[in-house]
Amino acid sequence: MKGAYLMSRIEIKGLTKIYGDTVALDNVDLSLEGETIYGLLGRNGAGKTTLLNLLTGKTHPTTGRVTIDGEPVWENDSALGNVFYMTEPNLYPQSLRVRDVLKWTAEFYPDFDVNYADELAQRFGLNTKKKVKELSTGYASIFKAILALASGAKILLFDEPILGMDANHRELLYKEILAHYSEKPKTIVLSTHLIDEIADLLEEVIIIKKGQVILKQTVEDLLASAHTVSGEASKVDSYIQGRKCIAWEQLHNFKSAVIFGSDQDRTLAKSLDLEVHQPELQKLFIGLTNS
Amino acid sequence: MILDFDSEQPIYIQLAEAIEDDILKGIMEEDSQIPSTTDMSVALKINPATARKGVNLLVDEGILYKKRGVGMFVTVGARRKVMLKRKARFYESFVVTLLDEAEKLDISHQELVEMIERGLPDE
Repeated sequence: MKGAYLMSRIEIKGLTKIYGDTVALDNVDLSLEGETIYGLLGRNGAGKTTLLNLLTGKTHPTTGRVTIDGEPVWENDSALGNVFYMTEPNLYPQSLRVRDVLKWTAEFYPDFDVNYADELAQRFGLNTKKKVKELSTGYASIFKAILALASGAKILLFDEPILGMDANHRELLYKEILAHYSEKPKTIVLSTHLIDEIADLLEEVIIIKKGQVILKQTVEDLLASAHTVSGEASKVDSYIQGRKCIAWEQLHNFKSAVIFGSDQDRTLAKSLDLEVHQPELQKLFIGLTNS
Repeated sequence: MILDFDSEQPIYIQLAEAIEDDILKGIMEEDSQIPSTTDMSVALKINPATARKGVNLLVDEGILYKKRGVGMFVTVGARRKVMLKRKARFYESFVVTLLDEAEKLDISHQELVEMIERGLPDE
């Protein structure tokens, strides 16, 4: 199924961004192969937005380069016409009505689907007669997400897409993203620090910490590579000796620890009378990005 | 179809088991079409690749089959197949766990047998 048409492959090489004396992004190499839902995960200030801004030519890198299908993105409308970037701040003219922004966006994106945008607006209960500045935080997020989904772009980048949205709207958005992706496979990047709800939507995760990409892996492989052991503290302690432990919690004499290890390790832990469980993505993320 | 996202099983295996449960309960009937992986993905809010992987597991076991251009169907004889598979696992999944818990609670063999008999419907 993959590779049916233009892949929209993103290549990032040696990308660094320095603001004053802050290294926001530190020599990042990354390639996104396309037709995948990626999670770009990192704590606040880890460099997620900087990376997305560089990907879309919104800011200049200090060094390094970004190409989409081999074309550099900086000041290149044909490369960027394939990309829709849903930014966290609302950058649309505040005094315009929502429906006018929809029309206006259609001018920039030749494959923009006005009917689909209207359908989505109806499903989410977004009043398109309202002015942009009249939208609540939740509806501003919905409005931007609708623009992204309807844009027809082959690469959709969402920066904190669910900001201010209530549980019903979040669930609806997840479903719309999946339905849209199934119908028109493309590259979708969901950048967020709220992992719990989106974990199962993702095929691959990119974890960014202090400006560096520390991990890029399929969710399935990542989860399979880790396990949680718990039981009597002394037993857990002797098991984790010499193993890669990324997090632990202790309550009195009971200890639980998150370990990177193989299937053999799991079997061994079970034979040592320890409880073995599968940690959630969020737990692994916290362990990998702490400190 | 319900998935338990707190379970330690990978999602695609849970999906395969949920489909098997529906086959056992007759919610999905033999030789009838089941929802597409896209529909499952959207309804359960899981990645389509995960949904495909779960479904393919059952295709490989001959429990589901694909009709080109139409969709996914339950194989005739699938219910029996699932039943045999689950029965083979019954001892490991249920009896061993039951005995472990009974041992922790100092439940005697006699008590255990009595409890099981109490739970059985009158014949």
